[in-house]
Amino acid sequence: MATFSPGFGGRRRAARDDLPPGQYETHDFPVLSYGPTPHVPRDTWQFTLTDENGARRSWSWQELLDLPQEDITVDIHCVTKWSKFATSWRGVSLDVLLDDVETSADFAVAHSYGGYTTNLPLDDLLDGKAWIAHGYDGQDLEPEHGGPARLLVPHLYFWKSAKWVDGLRLTTTDEPGFWETNGYHAYGDPWREQRYWGD
Amino acid sequence: MRRLTWRAATLVAARWETAAARTLVLDVPDWPGHLPGQHVDVRLTAPDGYQAQRSYSIASAWPAGGGSRLELTVQRLGDGEVSPYLTDVLGTGDQIELRGPVGGWFVWDRHVPGPVLLVAGGSGVVPLMAMVRARALLAAQQPFRLVYSLRSPEDLYFRRELEQVQRGGRGVEAHLVYTRSAPPGWPVPPGRLDAAALAEHGWPADAEPTCFVCGPTGFVETAANLLVELGHDPQRIRTERFGGS
Repeated sequence: MATFSPGFGGRRRAARDDLPPGQYETHDFPVLSYGPTPHVPRDTWQFTLTDENGARRSWSWQELLDLPQEDITVDIHCVTKWSKFATSWRGVSLDVLLDDVETSADFAVAHSYGGYTTNLPLDDLLDGKAWIAHGYDGQDLEPEHGGPARLLVPHLYFWKSAKWVDGLRLTTTDEPGFWETNGYHAYGDPWREQRYWGD
Repeated sequence: MRRLTWRAATLVAARWETAAARTLVLDVPDWPGHLPGQHVDVRLTAPDGYQAQRSYSIASAWPAGGGSRLELTVQRLGDGEVSPYLTDVLGTGDQIELRGPVGGWFVWDRHVPGPVLLVAGGSGVVPLMAMVRARALLAAQQPFRLVYSLRSPEDLYFRRELEQVQRGGRGVEAHLVYTRSAPPGWPVPPGRLDAAALAEHGWPADAEPTCFVCGPTGFVETAANLLVELGHDPQRIRTERFGGS
């Protein structure tokens, strides 16, 4: 029962069928962050994987670069309604980082420099669905877009793709992260328009 | 948790803030209330069923006793799909749909610690004005300082209200930073917001203010970086960046 908006025609009639509901296409790359942009030097950057028992494993910047790299072209969808098609990234698949991890955890919490967190089911990080990305459009990833490295989980709303990522903590229970405790949906599937609590 | 429902909102009044920005006074029956800084999603539907959604910051404070009125101040974007309709077409008595309020971080209430520094770039002043208005409604005592960067005098939103706030002496100070052209007799030449202006018209870091910075991405990046350089704890700087389109 949509309200009729007399005189509203809509401009982007050739809406693509690969645009999730409620989204519009942008050619810019807008930024959404809850605070100032952290500036993290690569020589002190570290990514730490912590399992549900507290066992830790860390990678330095050079160790990340020494892992197999992938070039990824994906569409991304922000909860603030913009979608951007065919963005190109370079990074390391989380399949590589999680390859020899034995775990019974079903969930993960991504942590970032600056304190940001976001929660995801572990299955959503595996099987070629997620990366630690450090390159964008052939360049190093800019700080305002999450550089030196961010999570890239393109099949979920982009707040799940934590910027300035510094770790992943595996958990047996789903623990809401920053935006998830501030009104956003626990899972965030753009195709089911899971923007906010209760969606 | 209950899903946020789409609600019909009726335009009951409108006023121009500038040549390109219009405040919409909407009546939303059963509005659940909101905190200053929150936003709503607006949905328009064309006769053939085509829909478009955008997010807009709420400009008004919600009175403690409740109420069904809500104000949005919308800037017309030249290449926009939704904003030109809201500024130029939507008439009194017309309805749009909205849902919300949304957002639990970029909000102020009387429990937020310390004095408050509001840093606005252009239309980023809208959610910050909601905070100024809420402070007055709540008769809150926390001192506020607003540093508002704008291109020219023609771009000033909420002119009369800000002048009243300035004269009122009730713990809210407002300082304007003109970036392109200043009014005649303005004491400083136009220029971008810099550390000196933030140091002079904001709060010192050791006053431990909570800082709210809102505006276009480039402005927010610059202002938030300046605050960090001036010694403000990043954890006390909350930001809201307006996307590019």
